[in-house]
Amino acid sequence: MALDRWVSFIILCAALAYGYAAFFTMDASLPPFMQRNPIWPSTFPKVLAVLTIATSLFILLGFEKAPESDQEPDIDYRRLGDYHLGQALTLLGLMVAYALLLRPAGFLFATFAFLCCGSFALGERKFHILLPVAGLASFVVWYLVDEVLGIFLRPWPFFI
Amino acid sequence: MIEGLLIGLSAAFSIQNLLMVIAGCLIGTFIGMLPGLGPMSIIAIMIPVAITIGDPSAAIILLAGVYYGAIFGGSTSSILLNAPGVAGTVASSFDGYPMARKGQAGKALTIAAIASFAGGSIGALLLMIFAPMLSTVALLFHSAEYFALMVVGLSAIAAFAGTGNVGKAILMTLLGLVMATVGEGALFNMPRFTMGLMDLQSGFSFITLAMAMFALPEALFLVLNPKRSAQGASGKIENLRITKEEGRKIAPVIGRQSIQGFFIGVLPGAGATIASFLGYAVERNIATKEEQEEFGKGAIKGLAAPETANNAACTGSFVPLLTLGIPGSGTTAILLGALIALNVTPGPRLMIDEPQIFWAVIISMYIGNLVLLILNLPLIPYIAKVLAIPRNYLIPFILFFTLMGSYIGQNNATELLILVGMGICATVLKFADYPLAPLLIGFILGGMLEDNFSRSMQLYDGIGFIFDRPMTLGLLVIAVLLVVIPSYRARRAKARQEGVAEGD
Repeated sequence: MALDRWVSFIILCAALAYGYAAFFTMDASLPPFMQRNPIWPSTFPKVLAVLTIATSLFILLGFEKAPESDQEPDIDYRRLGDYHLGQALTLLGLMVAYALLLRPAGFLFATFAFLCCGSFALGERKFHILLPVAGLASFVVWYLVDEVLGIFLRPWPFFI
Repeated sequence: MIEGLLIGLSAAFSIQNLLMVIAGCLIGTFIGMLPGLGPMSIIAIMIPVAITIGDPSAAIILLAGVYYGAIFGGSTSSILLNAPGVAGTVASSFDGYPMARKGQAGKALTIAAIASFAGGSIGALLLMIFAPMLSTVALLFHSAEYFALMVVGLSAIAAFAGTGNVGKAILMTLLGLVMATVGEGALFNMPRFTMGLMDLQSGFSFITLAMAMFALPEALFLVLNPKRSAQGASGKIENLRITKEEGRKIAPVIGRQSIQGFFIGVLPGAGATIASFLGYAVERNIATKEEQEEFGKGAIKGLAAPETANNAACTGSFVPLLTLGIPGSGTTAILLGALIALNVTPGPRLMIDEPQIFWAVIISMYIGNLVLLILNLPLIPYIAKVLAIPRNYLIPFILFFTLMGSYIGQNNATELLILVGMGICATVLKFADYPLAPLLIGFILGGMLEDNFSRSMQLYDGIGFIFDRPMTLGLLVIAVLLVVIPSYRARRAKARQEGVAEGD
């Protein structure tokens, strides 16, 4: 089964869960006065659930044939290993680490580390350029966001 | 109209607003050039700046300037690098990049600048004529019609997403609508589908979703396949002039595409991307046989058409925003959000209640186009230097800006995890050839769609409003036809290809 049909299968499962919630569990907590309304909070989701299930089945069962394109796709997911998959995964991991570290480690340190590690993972080895650039960028962005725009970003780790 | 123009002139020609236009255009051009940062991300990043200014006309002038600048910057990177920063300029790379490879990068950029200027200016002229007319009509609109209009917009997006992909586009639109129902709606005051998570109480953040759908997958693709980024950045740019003959060749293209692009931009949901693809397709179809051969290999017509159309459509997309209060595209949706934050409600009353904002925006469009032409033509060789930023630095910075964009809006680190998660999902969807724009537009329109639907249900005490109001019914029929006809035609064309006899 091709990837696009797998995706539609997953969407179908999600839509079934969504529809179950809309049809069977949501209305239980509805206050009586709202039940007299012609529209309930679950009305629109019910319509959406039905439509989504129908459309994903339509794709899953292969009613729609994609036009054969002779153009080579940008990235062929069947040969994912041929690309720089490791780098991409490292960067995603770094983003997660950044999200978790941003509050405890403070903006300046987390950003500096993220930019350095990111460039390093992509193969940058000129540290005499990398470190100053990353440091300057972290500071400039912090200054712009915190001082100029007035959106608070804690610059230092929690213990300072 | 003259009176309005004068109001606009006096508002737009203050020093502050002129500076706003210039700053906006420059910022937009520079950032729009970076692959992965489209006008939506840039405007999203600029919203806090605009809100800090406090004056709504100045703020929207700044954001509008950023918008044009980003579209222009996007075409620079599609022409020079074949890496469009903006979906609306993908079509420009079809012929622009081959031109650059032939050593005509300077000429290609000049054509792009002139075509953008003409498209934007003619679009602004049309906006001046049509927006007041439409807003008179829009005063007659009722929530039932708004509901139907949005359904038309959504099905138009799905239908234009490409033949053979209509089902996928519809599925993505529905997914966007489903995501929009998460969180607390204004009408019901109860959390829905939050699965008990506090972080979902206010729903998915629009900016996070926009970043996850566009910026992240693009950056990941750049990582996966280095060939996408590192082409031709070193080439010198010279010979900016175009000959008289070439000028004569593209003039009719520019004329046609300005008008076509504008009207496509006016349609809710269509926008610059569709306008540019359609403009390219139309010009290729009506070109002569030998010119058709050249399309895709560096035809100047093939570059002028999408460039004109996308700028005209950008201007056109302001029509529904300013007159109906319905954003026609993701970018205008962000502008809508910014305007609401500044206590301006776009809609039919805007022209009556706050004409200075309305007209200042229109005047600033002219100024913006002029600024782009004057500033960018001589600056092109320098601007292109941005593209020489090595990939090792560019990608971490793009990722960092997406993280920042969604963090600043919410000040919540969980948002970043949601961003990464949705970014991975978006990348998988992109692998599987699902169009992502319909998802985002479905998400944007979802809340409004449901609100208008609920309001008309309450007014008419049931579903009867569809049949009671002929305009609503008409619009809904159009919506269905938009989806059904292209897939029917594709099916028939396929059947004919396979030699199946056609029924009569």
